[in-house]
Amino acid sequence: MSEPGAARPEGTTVHASGGADTIVAERLAARGESLAHSTMPRERGALARLGAGIRRHKMASFGAAIVVLVALSAIFAPWLSPHDPLEQDVLLRLATPSAEFPLGNDSFGRDILSRILWGGRVSLYVSTAAVGIAIVIGGALGILAGYIGGKFDRIVMAAMDVLLSFPTLVMGLLVVAMLGPTVGNLILAITLTAVAPFARIARAPTLTVKERDFIEAGRALGFSNLRLMAVHILPNVLDDILVMAALWLATAIRTEASLSFIGLGVRPPTATWGGMIREGFENILDSPWLAILPSLAILIVMLGLNMIGDGLRDTSDPRLRHE
Amino acid sequence: MLTYVVKRLLVAIPTLLAVLTVVFFFVRIAPGDPAFIILGDQASPQALAAVRQELGLDKPMPVQYAEFMSTVLTGDLGTSMVTHRSVWREIANVLPYTIELTVTALAIGVAIGLPLGIAAARHRNRALDYVARIFSLLGLSFPAFVSAIMLLLAFAIQLHWFPVISEARPGQPLSRLTALVLPALNLGLIMVAYVTRVARSSMLGVLGEDYIRTARAKGVPARVVIWRHALGNALIPVVTVVGLYLGVLIGNSVLTEIVFNRPGLGKLIVNSLNQRDYTMLEGLMVIYAFIIVIVNLLTDLTYGVVDPRVRQR
Amino acid sequence: MNSAPALVVDRLTTEFRIDGRWHAAIRDVSFTVGRHETLALVGESGCGKSITALSIMRLVPRANGRIASGRVLLDGRDLVQLDEAELEATRGGAIAMIFQEPMTSLNPVLPIGFQVAETLRYHTKLSAAEARAKALALLEHVKIPSARRRFDDYPHQFSGGMRQRVMIAMALACKPQIVLADEPTTALDVTIQAQVLALLAELKAETGMALIFITHNLGVVASIADRVAVMYAGDIVETAPVTTLFERPMHPYTEALLSSIPRVDRDAGDLKPIAGQVPPITAMPAGCRYADRCPLRIERCATRPPLVALPSDPRHEVRCWVRAGEPGASA
Repeated sequence: MSEPGAARPEGTTVHASGGADTIVAERLAARGESLAHSTMPRERGALARLGAGIRRHKMASFGAAIVVLVALSAIFAPWLSPHDPLEQDVLLRLATPSAEFPLGNDSFGRDILSRILWGGRVSLYVSTAAVGIAIVIGGALGILAGYIGGKFDRIVMAAMDVLLSFPTLVMGLLVVAMLGPTVGNLILAITLTAVAPFARIARAPTLTVKERDFIEAGRALGFSNLRLMAVHILPNVLDDILVMAALWLATAIRTEASLSFIGLGVRPPTATWGGMIREGFENILDSPWLAILPSLAILIVMLGLNMIGDGLRDTSDPRLRHE
Repeated sequence: MLTYVVKRLLVAIPTLLAVLTVVFFFVRIAPGDPAFIILGDQASPQALAAVRQELGLDKPMPVQYAEFMSTVLTGDLGTSMVTHRSVWREIANVLPYTIELTVTALAIGVAIGLPLGIAAARHRNRALDYVARIFSLLGLSFPAFVSAIMLLLAFAIQLHWFPVISEARPGQPLSRLTALVLPALNLGLIMVAYVTRVARSSMLGVLGEDYIRTARAKGVPARVVIWRHALGNALIPVVTVVGLYLGVLIGNSVLTEIVFNRPGLGKLIVNSLNQRDYTMLEGLMVIYAFIIVIVNLLTDLTYGVVDPRVRQR
Repeated sequence: MNSAPALVVDRLTTEFRIDGRWHAAIRDVSFTVGRHETLALVGESGCGKSITALSIMRLVPRANGRIASGRVLLDGRDLVQLDEAELEATRGGAIAMIFQEPMTSLNPVLPIGFQVAETLRYHTKLSAAEARAKALALLEHVKIPSARRRFDDYPHQFSGGMRQRVMIAMALACKPQIVLADEPTTALDVTIQAQVLALLAELKAETGMALIFITHNLGVVASIADRVAVMYAGDIVETAPVTTLFERPMHPYTEALLSSIPRVDRDAGDLKPIAGQVPPITAMPAGCRYADRCPLRIERCATRPPLVALPSDPRHEVRCWVRAGEPGASA
């Protein structure tokens, strides 16, 4: 039996959330560590564990409740909004909250409550689409790169490196500059930055699991590579991906709002939280609540998502488990 | 250590060239004819051709590349299509503002975040820990422009501690300082959230390591265990985060500059995007490439200081 | 000549909190270590040997572990009662520990010479320069090649065997009365193991210190121990002088253990693994913990037997209703 050698990875594992830190997590993942510490192949469904993890962790449950509430209100916005979010009324310009308009009216006389609900739809749509696509593409790339290895791996990871050097907002600005400010391009921009972290996060456990004996055994039994990847490697990858997903949803929402705020995101008059804050900012001196209300909306959603991400991360890391 | 520094410098050069090449191809290969983007689709073919010629887009690719590289590396970034002044001049005018904002925000972030994170790890699950965690959770949940507006509302509009439109007036150095406070606080506090988080979890991880147990078994006093044995190791991921966050900082500084109406690279980027100032955009991307490479270099050098295992590579 | 024991462990119980409830990992552990004696603490993985050592050093992780009761007497002082400052003065000075994993037990960002000298700075009055010189001498003594040149090198520049030697130098630097070695050679190559064991034996002979050697390897026990204490599921089940243990094991577990080891002079077909499993810490029986797997089980085993000395040999203690008091030979 030989000495364990350099079995311990350098540095310590970082647990972080949000933008740059997700990049940290997968930079370390690239060196063989992952957010989740378990090295045993896990057989229970990832979603089942997700559910159990959330329930056990009070903060994550609270966060999940918030997110679910917001998501529902966004999905049912057409039925929940008391008014048409685009309907203007000059007479009601900057009106304070009233019975008919519970949150008041903006600088075009539009109902703020309805616009916030509909703004949620944009955020929901953009973020889930972008993160969903990024997970599928990034996850697939990561697993393939880790599994196939060699030149393919190096090329893919080099491409990921290039993508990684662009912060999400900068990428958003560039894509919008080149291709125009449409919702589709927004999603494209966010997806482009999100793919790389998910690829790395998927690659790390793949590298570990690939070396396991049961993979050898599977090959000897004639299982196809695809089956091996799907059945054995994927479950191990899902845990880390779910944590990242929660955090990247928050990043996506923030990016969409930021770009809309700058004026390069979803175009008015479509209601979007970032755009509402922009209009609110223009009236900040007389009607600060115009900016405050959609800000609260963003804040609440991001808090909820971050809480979920935190909670998931805490349950998947044995070191932090006994808190 | 010296060999490590030299090696890093040598690696930085090809990296710089590679990133510049990416910039070159990005603006030329990305879909969308720049001439169209600049002039709009109503322009006549002659106008489009004229713009293309002015931008050098009609020359063969390798020639363009050679021209691009030579002009960039000699410091000539062309002329702004809007102001008709030297791109480099425009950038150099605002660069000091961006640098002072970034550096101050970084200093705030580390000076507050690092001790806070360490303290939270030491007093795990007690009051201080919860406060630190809540604060960093909040800090991460505020988009930079939202927090900027909140700060503006609170401290400038309501409390009148700072002017709403803060401008540095020449001859009044203090005005430059007051103009810096709120924007730096905005970026800095967000950074504190990131740094506290990673410092805390990194410290927690380190405190559970075997070598800390060995130090305690040697009878090393608790204070020394934290500051000499644990911190050295815990800093490594913190350096990573700080290095990476500098990239995000650029994005956040764009938003901050808009809210606080402050000159800087961010404003320049947005304006040139809105005005379709093609050469300015290209120049900005080149500057950005330099910034990335320098930041990575600095991060690597800091690793070398903090982690002896890295020095041998 | 001082005949007082180096260390007395008296009914030590350490608990861990699992899912909100406290469970005893080691229960009423008692043994004595003579002044120049090597006591081997033996048992399978998870039986509580390491926890015993950590409890003695008061290094049990505080987040979810605690010493529930018992005393640890070092020179008449009860280590369990000491406060943090007194403990810091004691650890590394009068009592030291060598850990199992040399690859992770040294601080990667501090030079090894510094780590050795550090012990000296905190427990002796040596100046920085003197401590450095002494540390260098120690490293040479544990046979680190080119010690002078490598004094400021970092742990990752050394092999596992070398790192373990550094650990030994660190532990022995302040001439402790007693050293706890927690499986110091388990993670090393067999050939390196032999070297490190020889080194330990040599140093022990020089300094006259007492040694608690934790291991699951009975072969090592046979070669270096004076006395042996066998642990099972958090209990000490038998203590005896080493030859006695091997020739006349009394506790059914010890017997089973000895016959389950492959030996060169026995047929592989004679291997008898022990049927059953160690009960989990959360579901420990109140009586004898080995009862489930024990061929000698009687009704009385539902209550916990005490650790008693055999009438025939006061140095031989067994925790067993059936075997205690029996002058019988092994099965």
